[in-house]
Amino acid sequence: MDPIRKILQKYKRDRTRLIDILKDIQESEGSITQQAIELVAKHLKISRAEIEGVITFYHFLSDRPLGKYAVYLNNSITSEMAGRQKVAEALEKETGCKFGQTSEDNLVSLFETSCVGMNDQEPAALINGVVFTSLNEEKVRKIVAGMKRGLAAQEMVEEYGDGANGHELVRAMVKNNIRKAGAVIFDEFTPGQAIAQALNKTPEGVIEEIKKANLLGRGGAGFPTGLKWELCRQEKSDQHYVVCNADEGEPGTFKDRVILTERPQMVFEGMAIAGYAVGAHLGILYLRHEYTYLKKYFEYLLQKMREEGILGKNILGRGFDFDIEIKSGAGAYVCGEESALIESAEGKRGEPRDRPPFPVQKGYLDKPTTVNNVETLAASARIMLRGSSWFRTLGTSVSAGTKVLSISGDCQRPGIYEVEFGITVRELLEMAGAQDTLAVQVGGPSGNCISESGFGRKICYSDLATGGSFIIFNRRRDLFAVVRNFLDFFIEESCGWCVPCRAGNVLLKKKFEKIVAGLGTAQDLAELEAWGKIIKSMSRCGLGQTSPNPVLTTLTNFRELYESRINKKADFIPEFDLGQAVMDACQLTGRKFKEESENAR
Amino acid sequence: MPDKIKFTIDGKDCYAEPGQTIYEAAKANGVFIPVLCHYEGLKPVGSCRICSVRANGRWMTSCTQPVTNGMVIENATPEVEAYRKAIIEMLFVEGNHFCPTCEKSGNCELQALAYRYQIMVPQFPYLFPKREIEAFPGFLLEHNRCIQCQRCVRAIQTEDGQKIFALKNRSKDLRINVDLKLAARMTEKEVQKAMDICPVGAILKKEVGFRIPIGKRKYDQKPIGSEVEENK
Amino acid sequence: MSKPVIATASLAGCFGCHMSFLDIDERILELIELVEFDKSPIDDLKKFTRPVDIGLIEGGCCNAENVEVLRYFRENCRILVSVGECAIMGGLPAMRNLIPLKECLEEAYLNSPTVAPEDRLIPNDEELPLLLNRVYPCHEIVKIDYFLPGCPPSADLIWEALMALIHSQPLKLDYPLIKYD
Repeated sequence: MDPIRKILQKYKRDRTRLIDILKDIQESEGSITQQAIELVAKHLKISRAEIEGVITFYHFLSDRPLGKYAVYLNNSITSEMAGRQKVAEALEKETGCKFGQTSEDNLVSLFETSCVGMNDQEPAALINGVVFTSLNEEKVRKIVAGMKRGLAAQEMVEEYGDGANGHELVRAMVKNNIRKAGAVIFDEFTPGQAIAQALNKTPEGVIEEIKKANLLGRGGAGFPTGLKWELCRQEKSDQHYVVCNADEGEPGTFKDRVILTERPQMVFEGMAIAGYAVGAHLGILYLRHEYTYLKKYFEYLLQKMREEGILGKNILGRGFDFDIEIKSGAGAYVCGEESALIESAEGKRGEPRDRPPFPVQKGYLDKPTTVNNVETLAASARIMLRGSSWFRTLGTSVSAGTKVLSISGDCQRPGIYEVEFGITVRELLEMAGAQDTLAVQVGGPSGNCISESGFGRKICYSDLATGGSFIIFNRRRDLFAVVRNFLDFFIEESCGWCVPCRAGNVLLKKKFEKIVAGLGTAQDLAELEAWGKIIKSMSRCGLGQTSPNPVLTTLTNFRELYESRINKKADFIPEFDLGQAVMDACQLTGRKFKEESENAR
Repeated sequence: MPDKIKFTIDGKDCYAEPGQTIYEAAKANGVFIPVLCHYEGLKPVGSCRICSVRANGRWMTSCTQPVTNGMVIENATPEVEAYRKAIIEMLFVEGNHFCPTCEKSGNCELQALAYRYQIMVPQFPYLFPKREIEAFPGFLLEHNRCIQCQRCVRAIQTEDGQKIFALKNRSKDLRINVDLKLAARMTEKEVQKAMDICPVGAILKKEVGFRIPIGKRKYDQKPIGSEVEENK
Repeated sequence: MSKPVIATASLAGCFGCHMSFLDIDERILELIELVEFDKSPIDDLKKFTRPVDIGLIEGGCCNAENVEVLRYFRENCRILVSVGECAIMGGLPAMRNLIPLKECLEEAYLNSPTVAPEDRLIPNDEELPLLLNRVYPCHEIVKIDYFLPGCPPSADLIWEALMALIHSQPLKLDYPLIKYD
């Protein structure tokens, strides 16, 4: 039987598996051909147009043929700072292929991609799904030589990272770089005990305990976890679902990767605990595509947990059924937004939904669903083990517990820091060995770019909230280059559904570039700010609502940078340059341009 | 009125049936809230954002948000109107809207809203994107004018619920994608419906055009929304 | 007090806006009482003879000469008004903005079936103004103070706007006056 039919049979007629089907087809055939689309359309009884919509939404799906090796080089700011440009040039030189294209011999395709969660070991790239970190020109030469010899991407991984990165089912060169282990997430964890503790309580009792612990969502938004579970539980339905949001895509965030690598069972148990609390029997781990290299390892662990009786039917003989399945996106930052994630988990384009209804009312397959961050779920497991009173001794009164931060950028010790809430930016800079710091981006591009005057501020929900991203820039960095990178990121990752985010961000970037080019007036600066506020207010989801933050927060904290670029005396400066505008015509006619003002008059 | 929900729009007392959206309730009370992506009978998608209001201080789209008791809605305030105007202007510069050549001119909802808001020139620079014009057996799809409102996506489907129009790409490249095979089977009536439901001149039925003389078109004499406001 | 001075120009336009201006019909007699005309295609004055109060610009900028004229107007006019769709957004000439200049010229002068083989040449005479890579709205090149949309703007709109400017009064327009076609 031909491979496509085999794939279709494997997933039956389940529309929610469309992304899995397409990924399998691409892996088997190299791309998703028109013929394949036709077969899938017939099989699932959906239109080809709808399938094409899904393919073109996700960065890693392609309806055009790709080379034998598909290289996706990260273009996030930390990658830039670590020498991405040189690596990109080396890739183009060695492969004879330009970015965005496939080489003539169909050996290699080169693409850029948004942050892949390796900011402490940049520049990083995915090659046929295998992660390559700390790239340089020398390594590129070696890798491309390997491609020419026909080695599989995995065969080119020479050294494995620490911890479970070296596990035979992972075999990744990725490093954990855990610089500071805290008491909640990275303390010792013995599988089976947390779920046992939870099952000793009633579901309401579990919710009560989480509420008393004052556990707030660790993805960044800080919604109270206990309340979310309670709202979900209260919804009458034949099914409830738990979804673990492992789609960390905020540039600069890589803490969920390390938690999942080192404490996967703690996360899975957290999911089971959530399932018990809300009345769900199925949990979905929505794993970002970039972390697919961990999937086999997780499947092995899940199976092991089933065999040990801590997952699956009748957990620990206590009559509670709960299982976990892994689903993946295919490259879209917006899927980190919980309702977009649910759409994607249903096999659709990852477009956010309108609220109400909220996911706790109508989530996955329109059933009540609690979507929780990896770290939140791991923390719930720890709370079951050690109790809410203990948990509240950590952190501050509003922000209890610890936070796992991913620190990257200009510092000597980038990596993972599990710290208690309330720690100041200055203390973190010291811990990480940062010197001569100009700015810190707290919470990634959607967060806040703070200057030295803010280094006394605290990491907590009432001051500087962050999902975990903490990027340091020293005084040799051009902050405009940082803002530009972030604005490009949002333009690339907008789903395009709503006007202010889709069109507004392009216009905001244009205005930003005008000012940076020295062609701005006071009016331009005022417009930059005003347009940012319009996008923030009018956009549909968190992506659009935070997308102007790179501009708005640098305008607040580094206003002098912008002020120094504008011409305060002029009331109008055009971007138009006559010499530039006639260049094409000069070339086509072989003429030279001189300003002929007198003739025109 | 015991079962009714009481709320205010710009200080005016209004009443709504439970379950009504802000947009529906406003309309029933003779208050016009502009919409582009919304169309009666279709599931709201909140994509154009023009119907945004401030409800109890928070920005919300009135086509998706149910009205609640005691809700305080800001609708025609200078701030709300300025932001809506900006959205209309964004749509004008994001695509290629050459009104003088467009057969929907005078009947176009985007243009009508721009007239209502007295837009003489957009505050944003024109982007002049490169876009295609696609031809199908019964109609043309003029991507230059498409505002990605998804009315066609929602309204025109096959009997068994397959999408003839669907979204393609993302971000600034978001486009309407037509299923060639399914589109070829569309009846003339369906094509007409697609054209009528399109708020702009993106879906054009072949072999007709410019039928209504200037002066007699839908928005030549009276602003869009006046039919709602006359209902006060 | 001296009368306000008006100047007009047609850049990359079709003169339709000027024709619409003339459509004010008998009101032109009233206008002549109120204003004086300087550089304009109507009186065929080639150069400014004095400082101008109100400059009316029809058409966008499609070539270097348009840019020079527009800048010349900006230097000499206290108030500059973009009149019509072409001045405001490039209008019909800007439909070429969707196609690279090279393709446009090659299609017109090299590949078109109506061009005889011996005539295949992209015009390159020094006397011809150089084309811009695309057509620009006037306000992307100089500061424009007011905008009158329409293709063309109706005579009534032009009249109302001129009266408001001449009498320094706010412009209040009835709904039917603002049209883009």
